[in-house]
Amino acid sequence: MSNSTETRDPTYTPRDATPARRFPVREVVLFGALMAAILAVYALMGAAYSTRMLVEAACYAILALGLTIQWGYAGQFNAGVMGFVALGGFCAMLFSVPVNNAFWGTELPGELGRVLLYGVAATFLVVGASRLDRLGVPRKLRTLITVVLALVLYLVIISQLREVTSQIQSQAGFVGGFGLPAWVGWIVGGALAGGVGYFIGHVCLGLRSDYLAIATLGIAEIIKAFLKNSDWLTRGTATVSPLPWPTPGPAELGFTLSRAIYLSITAMVIAVIFFLLHRAYHAPWGRMIRAIRDNEVSAAAMGKDINKRRLEIFVLGCILMGLGGGMLGTFNSLFDPQGYLPLNHTFLVLVMVILGGPGNNLGTIFGAVAVYIIWIMSEPLALFVMELIVSFGEGTFGWDAPNNMDSRALQARVLVIGMLITLVLRFAPKGLLPEKIAHHG
Amino acid sequence: MNELVFFINNVIIAGSVTGSIYAIGAIGVTLIFSIMRFAHFAHADMMTFGAFMVLLLTTLFPAAGASIGVPTALVMLPLAMLLTATLAVGIDKAFYKPLRVHGVKPIVLVIGSLGVTLMLQGLIRLFSGTGGQSLYVDDRKEIFRLALPFEGARAPIVITEPQLYLFVITLVAVVALHVFLNRSRLGKAMRAMSDNPELAQASGINTNTIVAVTWVIAGGLAAIAGTLLSLDVTFKPDLSFFLLLPIFAAAIVGGVGHPYGAIAGGFVVGFAETLAVFNWNVLLRPFRDSLPTWLELPSNLAFVGTEYKIVVPFFILVAILVWRPTGLFKGKVIQ
Repeated sequence: MSNSTETRDPTYTPRDATPARRFPVREVVLFGALMAAILAVYALMGAAYSTRMLVEAACYAILALGLTIQWGYAGQFNAGVMGFVALGGFCAMLFSVPVNNAFWGTELPGELGRVLLYGVAATFLVVGASRLDRLGVPRKLRTLITVVLALVLYLVIISQLREVTSQIQSQAGFVGGFGLPAWVGWIVGGALAGGVGYFIGHVCLGLRSDYLAIATLGIAEIIKAFLKNSDWLTRGTATVSPLPWPTPGPAELGFTLSRAIYLSITAMVIAVIFFLLHRAYHAPWGRMIRAIRDNEVSAAAMGKDINKRRLEIFVLGCILMGLGGGMLGTFNSLFDPQGYLPLNHTFLVLVMVILGGPGNNLGTIFGAVAVYIIWIMSEPLALFVMELIVSFGEGTFGWDAPNNMDSRALQARVLVIGMLITLVLRFAPKGLLPEKIAHHG
Repeated sequence: MNELVFFINNVIIAGSVTGSIYAIGAIGVTLIFSIMRFAHFAHADMMTFGAFMVLLLTTLFPAAGASIGVPTALVMLPLAMLLTATLAVGIDKAFYKPLRVHGVKPIVLVIGSLGVTLMLQGLIRLFSGTGGQSLYVDDRKEIFRLALPFEGARAPIVITEPQLYLFVITLVAVVALHVFLNRSRLGKAMRAMSDNPELAQASGINTNTIVAVTWVIAGGLAAIAGTLLSLDVTFKPDLSFFLLLPIFAAAIVGGVGHPYGAIAGGFVVGFAETLAVFNWNVLLRPFRDSLPTWLELPSNLAFVGTEYKIVVPFFILVAILVWRPTGLFKGKVIQ
């Protein structure tokens, strides 16, 4: 007993055992290379183009941080980032676009409100019917009543909604926006994405992790289908533009300066998120999350509420995706539901995270910027290579190439992204900047 | 009476067609899941690949089928099945096996299969372009119109040649699978491995062979489903995207790892889809005069518009995950 008190270091205080400080060679080298690449792009493509690229990369970094929370911190795989991004973009559009007087000046908002109220009332009725068994109604009868009531009420409401929305479409074009600053839309977008995430997570997080991937993949397609086909709300394929910026636009300050100001806003948001995540990661909460990821059974045995923590982290990630989607949408100044593609908005983000280092925030940001630069630059490169192949084929074999070679060259990038995912998983499963695992001992 | 014919055409026939295709796809997914324990996202793209192989072969030899009186595409189907099965085994060797040997979590295999999905999609689009193409290169699609022997039934029941082939081939495939799983040594070994991999290995079953056989079966079935779907509509490289969710929904509804459940699940999802987009007003039309006057029916009484078809499998999926995560027939491994 006395022996052990002697050997114990009196200055020792229990804390999160962060690895001993060392000079971060790998980080410095990678970020140096990234900096050089950015400067090269500036020299080659001009300041306006390159700044745009950086802003988009910054928005993607927010998305990637959202995914790194889910996949890196907690091991949840979200295959529907696109849906949450689209929700964010939709909210940014809805809140920032000027008010449409052709809609608000008529009786249409009242009609729409009436139908929505009916919808709420119908929901209450159905929920009430599902509780009928407490009044002594047999369970089977209750289920039958609930199902029939739900179907009939649903048909009534949906046909009224169809009527109102087609009226809105023919008389006012679309609902229009609220004319508020864009950041309101970003915040609401984050909240909405979080709400959808809560629903999905609530259903799937207690089950095998594969189910979450399937369900998120589905919800992303549903959100896209909804935004694409609700012409009364989003103008559908007709697209909405321009979306006002929260900062002075290019018309006042020119492209480079206005984009640089926007970039500073996104950089600030990233800095805040990064700081908060860093604190959370090293806090007891972060340790608990990692404990759950690494050994669920023992974490549960320690009395942690696994499903609740999982839901928490999934929703948090979705909120970041909604926020990033809103910022991206406002920056593009265009809301086009068809522009949301699984490749650009789900798999690209996935590559950023697994290449950069899942669970390592710095690595994720590095991955986001690096992969986005490669992605943007690969477009002219793919076209160039395809041209080379075509001219080679024509010269050597007299092969007459089909005329849609350009679109096919862009498809080749799908192949590259897919190959990248499988190769990284195989050879560098921890990414370029791996998560630093603290070892006590 | 015409309304009833309309119902048969739009719900019974259309539902059986989509149901059969989902069922064949879901069998593959469920088999892969029961042997390798991960959701194979690239399955729908293996279907597209199979259909693309048929398209290539049919374009190369357009007249091959005319001599025996079937569409060329069907003559090429066995060859395409072989190619797709080879591809499936190759993909497993190249991408999944190294991960499996590494002992990764199943979800990493899922991500790997997403990578494979993108690679297959990229390859197919690179070679076929992005537009749609018909698999009937040299032949003509026969359409049969069966008039009903009833008074007042003017509209005929319409069924096309590929749909008939689809029903026959689905039936043959299901029976063959049943015989294989229950009578053959390999099939029994497969079921043993699906129940308990360690025990199966300990009792001398070569698990590598079983894995390869699973991929061959899944690849062959995927080629069948993809080809028959493309015969019925047209071949499109992005076909896979609209198949993935319904197939997974079907596999989960039937109980994951349960081949017969997958068949049932496929038909459940297929019929649910067609019933949801069917305009019920058509059926109520004959009773229009006897309805009370205050009840004014809107002209469109469908549950969801056709553009929201994808919502249906999703909600079936959510409902089954909430109320009965093991599926209709008790499937395995949920946690």
